Amino acid sequence: MERIIKNGIVYDPLNNIDGEKMDICIKDGKVVDSVSEDADVIDASGKVVMPGGVDPHTHIAGPKVNVGRMFRPEDSKKDVETITNVKRAGSGFSVPSTFMTGYRYAQMGYTTAMEAAMPPLLSRHTHEEFIDTPILDHAAYPLFGNNWFVMQYLKDGDIDKCAAYASWLLKATKGYTIKIVNPAGTEAWGWGGNVHGINDPAPYFDITGAEIIRGLAEVNEKLGLPHAIHLHCNDLGHPGNYETTLKSFDIPKGIKANPKHGKRDAVLYATHVQFHSYGGTNWRDFISEAPRVADYVNKNDHVVIDVGQVTLDETTTMTADGPAEYDMHLINGLKWANCDVELETGSGIIPYLYSPKAPVPASQWAIGLELFLLINDPGKVCLTTDSPNGGPFTRYPRVMAWLMSNKYREDMIENHLHKWAQKKTSIATIDREYGFYEIAQVTRSTPATVLGLSDTKGHLGVGADADIAIYDFNPETQDQSADYVALEDALQSAAYVLKDGEIVVKDGKVVSIGEHGRTYWINSLYDGELEKEVESEVEKMFKKYYSVNFANYPVQEEYLPRSNPINGVIQ
Amino acid sequence: MSEIILTPKEQPMVPLEINNIIPDVLAGKSIDEIKNMGIWNGNGQVRLHEFFDVEGESAENPSEIKIIIDGDVHNTKRIGQGMTAGEIIVKGNANMYVGVEMKGGKITVEGNVGSWAGQNMVGGELTIMGNAEDYVGSAYRGDWRGMTGGIITVHGNVGSEIAEYMLGGKMVIKGDTAIEPGIHMNGGLLIIEGNVVARTGGEMKGGTIVVKGIVKEFLPGFQYLGVEKDIEIDGEFIEGAFYKFKGDLATKGSSGIVYVAVAGNSHIAPY
Repeated sequence: MERIIKNGIVYDPLNNIDGEKMDICIKDGKVVDSVSEDADVIDASGKVVMPGGVDPHTHIAGPKVNVGRMFRPEDSKKDVETITNVKRAGSGFSVPSTFMTGYRYAQMGYTTAMEAAMPPLLSRHTHEEFIDTPILDHAAYPLFGNNWFVMQYLKDGDIDKCAAYASWLLKATKGYTIKIVNPAGTEAWGWGGNVHGINDPAPYFDITGAEIIRGLAEVNEKLGLPHAIHLHCNDLGHPGNYETTLKSFDIPKGIKANPKHGKRDAVLYATHVQFHSYGGTNWRDFISEAPRVADYVNKNDHVVIDVGQVTLDETTTMTADGPAEYDMHLINGLKWANCDVELETGSGIIPYLYSPKAPVPASQWAIGLELFLLINDPGKVCLTTDSPNGGPFTRYPRVMAWLMSNKYREDMIENHLHKWAQKKTSIATIDREYGFYEIAQVTRSTPATVLGLSDTKGHLGVGADADIAIYDFNPETQDQSADYVALEDALQSAAYVLKDGEIVVKDGKVVSIGEHGRTYWINSLYDGELEKEVESEVEKMFKKYYSVNFANYPVQEEYLPRSNPINGVIQ
Repeated sequence: MSEIILTPKEQPMVPLEINNIIPDVLAGKSIDEIKNMGIWNGNGQVRLHEFFDVEGESAENPSEIKIIIDGDVHNTKRIGQGMTAGEIIVKGNANMYVGVEMKGGKITVEGNVGSWAGQNMVGGELTIMGNAEDYVGSAYRGDWRGMTGGIITVHGNVGSEIAEYMLGGKMVIKGDTAIEPGIHMNGGLLIIEGNVVARTGGEMKGGTIVVKGIVKEFLPGFQYLGVEKDIEIDGEFIEGAFYKFKGDLATKGSSGIVYVAVAGNSHIAPY
């Protein structure tokens, strides 16, 4: 199968292509140099052409997403899609059903999305939901930060054993990276408390967040994993938490990136940093510290962040940070679900209303945009809403329009937002506007690079997967800053989206669900003998404490319709 | 006022849903157009005339339209959903979801109705001459924002969990209620003229409940404030002597008020 996309205005940062008019050739699902005369032609003249979007941090599959769906029927009622001849019916505004998730991402031109929190014990469920999520390539991040084995091995100072365990667990759960959420804090939540900052020890294990981050960062590079450690810092959502954030950023500094796959330089990926950039001591004297956090990122190359932009919608928050969810439940008084996952992690879920007229959400909106606009190099920042925590992923086009149009932001600040957005943050003084090139960086090249997938994802060079988005917006004749409504519309419903060279979306509508998405996972063997020893220790703990039989724990490859292992170290 | 008369033919085994047969939608349509409007029968669409004989005449303005369902429609749901003006009269029983999300106008059902009548009602008047089942004037499943305005009157008895998460408006139940009337109530006024089985105002945070009959079992989370005579709430005068309670103190920051008639309720008085 051959195809040629003719005359598009191409933005491909990994190949330094900035709005050049050119053709993209596709053969057998890959980008190639040239095609024959018989190739199918897509006319992209006057349209923006980009690689398929890559979402490095979202919540789309697994047990807590499903709890979110179950306990919010009122959210399902808000957004309902009917069946078509290629699509299933679906529902859900902030937590859409699995099939709808795939369709909606594709309609915006996204072709890869990563589930950012997988409780290892429930990884089968996560992979089962991936099976029902069409189009998207995907991976899941198992949670390591409050895992009993990790805490025990690190406390014993046995970094080798911790590495063997991590290697075994990634394989067993078909997971992709080392995810850390509120290290030591979620374990403390199991005892009804939380930790404050990185030097507060977890009960019983007597190990601090700082020690866990440091240990797992070393393990990450020993294993040669494609992605950096994926860190959700301590103290999420608390005024004054920027100090913890900056201290956490400093911990893995000096460790050398050692990926066996991909080209990342960062050793730390810090997620939804908007929720971690607050100053003050309470919500009254609260102030944005995004400028300081942005300054740190500007001056240091070992860290890449994503923002977790607040979109000012009614949404459903869900995170493996159980105590943070409980705190938020106490603030808004809405229903709350708590989920403890045996020795591995925990989580909480609550609905959340980010009203633009309320002081704190208005400030959070501004802090997210401050991070985007004050970090000079878009190679260090990824666009996310921590979907659905800051807002549903379906708002990405709106976030892009805010970044690309100062006029849009001014309208928000002057006409729609509580005055705290101006008073507590510097957003009103920033007039920087992203171009399509920068947008392609924060949504394509940067996430693909930091995930270690930049050989096939996030660019349009020869050999890349033919995941391509074409948007009906002409930067040569249309003004992105003035015409932000048309811009948002164009980004919301792509003119064409190709997945592995096949047209899956046309004129904003899903026309084919194509082949099943790839599941990326880590195949590594750190030390065979040690992994066997670790496995038998895990098995003993299962007998003693778990509700599941050990043999039912590892996820077989049968759960992955399109398995795509990526090698870490292989002994 | 123009009248559109829908005479039901036999009710199907699989329920009908006629949420679109409201004055707002019928305004400006000819009778032939109305006859051919699609309604839902289970998961398939059918024409209105397959289940109703349609006569009369429409008008340009919804507020000038009266829809008369001239007979029993015990298996027809969503009558008057979301209507903003005009009138609907049902001369028989109706199924679930009468007057759901109603914003204005008037609905009268002469018979009994199923559950969820007046769910998330915003305005207008819903009157049920017979009985209603559970969740009268409730919130949509999972939501914490229930009825916000309008008036619901039920002349017969009702089921459980009526006025769930009620935020505003008024509800009058002339008959008896099953358990948990006014559960999670946050505002508005609920008057029960008959008896209550148990758990009046469970987890209520605001609003007012008045029970003129007998409350068989009363929740312990209510603080006794004394006896009041001939009370006035939002301009409404209610005669009689009432025990006054505040609660439900099982919920943080609650300030709901429950009045229970002194007559017949000595078993719940604190002394």
